[in-house]
Amino acid sequence: MSTFDCPLFHAVEEEDAREFALRDYEGSVARWCPGCGDHSILTSVEKMLVAEQLEPERTVFVSGIGCSSRFPHYLKTYGFHGLHGRALPVATGVRLHRPDLHVFVVMGDGDCCSIGAGHWIHAIRYNMRMVAMLLDNGIYGLTKNQTSPTTPQGWQSNTHPRGSLLPPLDPIAVSLGVTNASFVAQTAEWVPAHLLATLRAAYRHEGFAFVRILQRCPIWTPSLYQASVQRPDNTELLVHDDGVVVPELDRTYKYHREHDPRDLDAARQLAQPGERVRLGVFFRDPSRVRYDEQQRVTIPPLPERISRLNAELDKYAV
Amino acid sequence: MSSPVTVPEPSAPPRGAPAVLRLPEHIVEIVSDSGEGAQKCGQIFAAVSAKMGNGVWTVEIIPAEIQPPARVPEGASGNRIRIGSGPVTNWGDATDLVVAFNEQVLLARHRLGALAPTATILLENKWASHPDDDVRAAWATALEELRARDYRIVLVPMEEQCLTCVDDARKGKNMFALGMLAWIYDRDLSRIDEQIAHTFRKKSEEVYERNVALVRLGYSWAAGNLTFRVDVPATPSDRPMVVMNGNEAISLGALAAGFELCAMYPITPATSVSHQLAEVFYRVGGVVHQAEDEIAAIGVAVGASYAGKVALTVTSGPGLALKTEFIGLAVMTETPLVVVDVQRGGPSTGLPTKVEQSDLLAAIFGQPGDAPHVVLAPATIEECFQVMVTARRIAETFRTVVIVLSDANLATGVQPFPRPSLDERWQASPLELDPVPKGFKPYEWDPVTGLSRRLIPGQPGGMFTLTGLEHDANSKVAYGGGVHQHSSAMRSRKLATLETLLSPPPIRGADAGDLLVVGWGSTKGAIEEAVERARAAGLSVSSTHLNFLSPLQPGLQEMFRRFRGVMTVELNYSDEPDGVTITERNRRRGQLAWLLRAATLVDVDCWTRIPGEPLRPAAILDGIRRKLRADARGDA
Repeated sequence: MSTFDCPLFHAVEEEDAREFALRDYEGSVARWCPGCGDHSILTSVEKMLVAEQLEPERTVFVSGIGCSSRFPHYLKTYGFHGLHGRALPVATGVRLHRPDLHVFVVMGDGDCCSIGAGHWIHAIRYNMRMVAMLLDNGIYGLTKNQTSPTTPQGWQSNTHPRGSLLPPLDPIAVSLGVTNASFVAQTAEWVPAHLLATLRAAYRHEGFAFVRILQRCPIWTPSLYQASVQRPDNTELLVHDDGVVVPELDRTYKYHREHDPRDLDAARQLAQPGERVRLGVFFRDPSRVRYDEQQRVTIPPLPERISRLNAELDKYAV
Repeated sequence: MSSPVTVPEPSAPPRGAPAVLRLPEHIVEIVSDSGEGAQKCGQIFAAVSAKMGNGVWTVEIIPAEIQPPARVPEGASGNRIRIGSGPVTNWGDATDLVVAFNEQVLLARHRLGALAPTATILLENKWASHPDDDVRAAWATALEELRARDYRIVLVPMEEQCLTCVDDARKGKNMFALGMLAWIYDRDLSRIDEQIAHTFRKKSEEVYERNVALVRLGYSWAAGNLTFRVDVPATPSDRPMVVMNGNEAISLGALAAGFELCAMYPITPATSVSHQLAEVFYRVGGVVHQAEDEIAAIGVAVGASYAGKVALTVTSGPGLALKTEFIGLAVMTETPLVVVDVQRGGPSTGLPTKVEQSDLLAAIFGQPGDAPHVVLAPATIEECFQVMVTARRIAETFRTVVIVLSDANLATGVQPFPRPSLDERWQASPLELDPVPKGFKPYEWDPVTGLSRRLIPGQPGGMFTLTGLEHDANSKVAYGGGVHQHSSAMRSRKLATLETLLSPPPIRGADAGDLLVVGWGSTKGAIEEAVERARAAGLSVSSTHLNFLSPLQPGLQEMFRRFRGVMTVELNYSDEPDGVTITERNRRRGQLAWLLRAATLVDVDCWTRIPGEPLRPAAILDGIRRKLRADARGDA
């Protein structure tokens, strides 16, 4: 299908005189456990919304099921808290039908990498403009401590009391392996400045921006990321002018690596397990084909549509 | 094709004047190996007949595989057309004339009992002299079996004839057959040419000319060699008519109803709805999204509906099973949605190309939890068109899921009907993104009707989070304090409200009597024909047909009580009442019968069959007689 222009949605791009502050995005009081990394992510997301001045009524957060998927309830935008693993299809529908909306997707590791893994692969390939956040705590939290695809090998859970049997699936490596991937980044909730900068870069990306956010669960995986949380030297920042650069982090994080996000081969190398946790934009290519652009259609005015439909019906005339 | 095609004029003189049989109706079928084009031949013949003013009903004969082995009975592929002087509402009983490209596919039809005892058979004769001994032996055995009956068998040198005109007879025999049928039934050749041009519009001019030439060849051969013709006088309608199959009608109905997004995953026999939509959306505006799986397909439709105009998803039984969780979510969140299920035989992969009505209870009750929603069933091709307008409007007005149950018989059956006059009011209204008044709730349930107005992303001041968790009127997650009881009541009340707007289904025949036959979906025409024959034979039988399955139309109990017996006729499984191990207590009944017994407390009986093909009026009549005899004996 060829690309059509859509005047309906372009016409409304007038200057919005309103100025939005944090309180304009705050919903119900978050009910995650004290110490849960999701609180930090919620704050960074609200700051990103302020920084980008997104109209709350034209912003939609779609989530699946799990601790992290309560996210939309705690924002004052439009929200869709749907089914386990199925946030991406819903977001796809929103995006296809309403290209004028800002679409964000919030998923957990079970949601995205297990029950919804098929949608994840295809959403990357569709490359429709939206930000997909994977809040990865390496465990099923809401259902109380079952192994997830990203649980480390040997980690004991209720379903694997003697330790998880398999090496964990790496969401960054998987994403980079999908044809037509256009934005793949990793950040961590305990580095809020990096998280905010990454979310802003993701929002501005014209395509499907996949952001894995490492997230602590104080109940089931309190020690999972401790080595990185406590010792900044266990973290390596990927930096580049086309990626994410946060100068204020330079003093704390001394390991930097210059990585050009256009270099897919290098990105795939960097996604392999290494000495340090890597945060930054692994890959970014705004020139990739976008399904939402290709499927964008103009609906003709009603009388015109009816007359074209009459012409279709006449093809079946006796 | 190397040489240019020459078009012979249909001028060969017949051997004396042929005998013309003037009949009110005739059933003709064309069968071949898969890939030899019998389907196309049948479709064109049917379309032209409809355009000439005959009533028409077609049924495809489809093998399960795309390319089954050649010359095996299971591979029989083709099309069966019943043409009549008046409207034709079903596929009828037995075939009167069959064109067969080999004796094995013919044998399949003969053994299925598809052919009338005195059917005329036009059979390709090349196999009689085939170089392969096995083929000749198979031919001889088959012909012996067939000649034991009273069929009139005419051997036709189809291949030999076609080779005078084309290099590859396999690609031309269907058009030769069409030419023969054109002569036999005196079809208008210029209309056939038009239809060929339409059918092969994506092919080259050369293909068109070759096909036209082959039709002339078949016509001339028939004129010079056959001694009979059949005249089924047409009664052209004074109203403008259209002719199409049920999937085309669903697709055009969806366009007339203003759908702008259809999300689907390929599945037989539903997929062709999306083929048509994909082509037409390109011109009238809209999107077919081929999703990565059935779940994603409905997820995209739900997301689109949530953010805008009602969206559509199209599937068949196995896909409906996968969509179950999302249907529950749409019910819970009161997101309007239309799901079309073109039913096939089940369970599981079942009989993908064969008609069945086995998804009724799954469609109504298939979702875990209490998930009230609407289920509609079109009964004719015309209703396939109309139901889409109704379904979208109900989905929008009632903020609910509407499941439309079509089936494989409607999907591929071709029938003429009055051309719908498109109405702008059928189209969905444009999105209104007005600011939401302060204090307006996402679910402002009207306590009497359960109805509420939905908020759409983009409306300032309306921001809320829609959730599949139980919620109160503010869409806040809440489980206690009677919230679940109240919210469930509001969702349920919408069905009661809809029911109050419906009329009782009309009765055909007397208002009271010995037996009322109740049907739903594509069996309507066959049931009504059977019931008419029963009445003509002096039996006290009436029928009624249900379009609304959830909620049921009002007045059923009162209606049923006016008859000594009530029996559903359905294309789904039920235990035979006198079957081994079967008792009145453990007998599993047809799906509509289950539903009606529960809803009316009337002892509704059922007569159901699952032949993998539409029901025949004669078989239904048998079931009616059997039921009346049993009731007279008092053993029901």
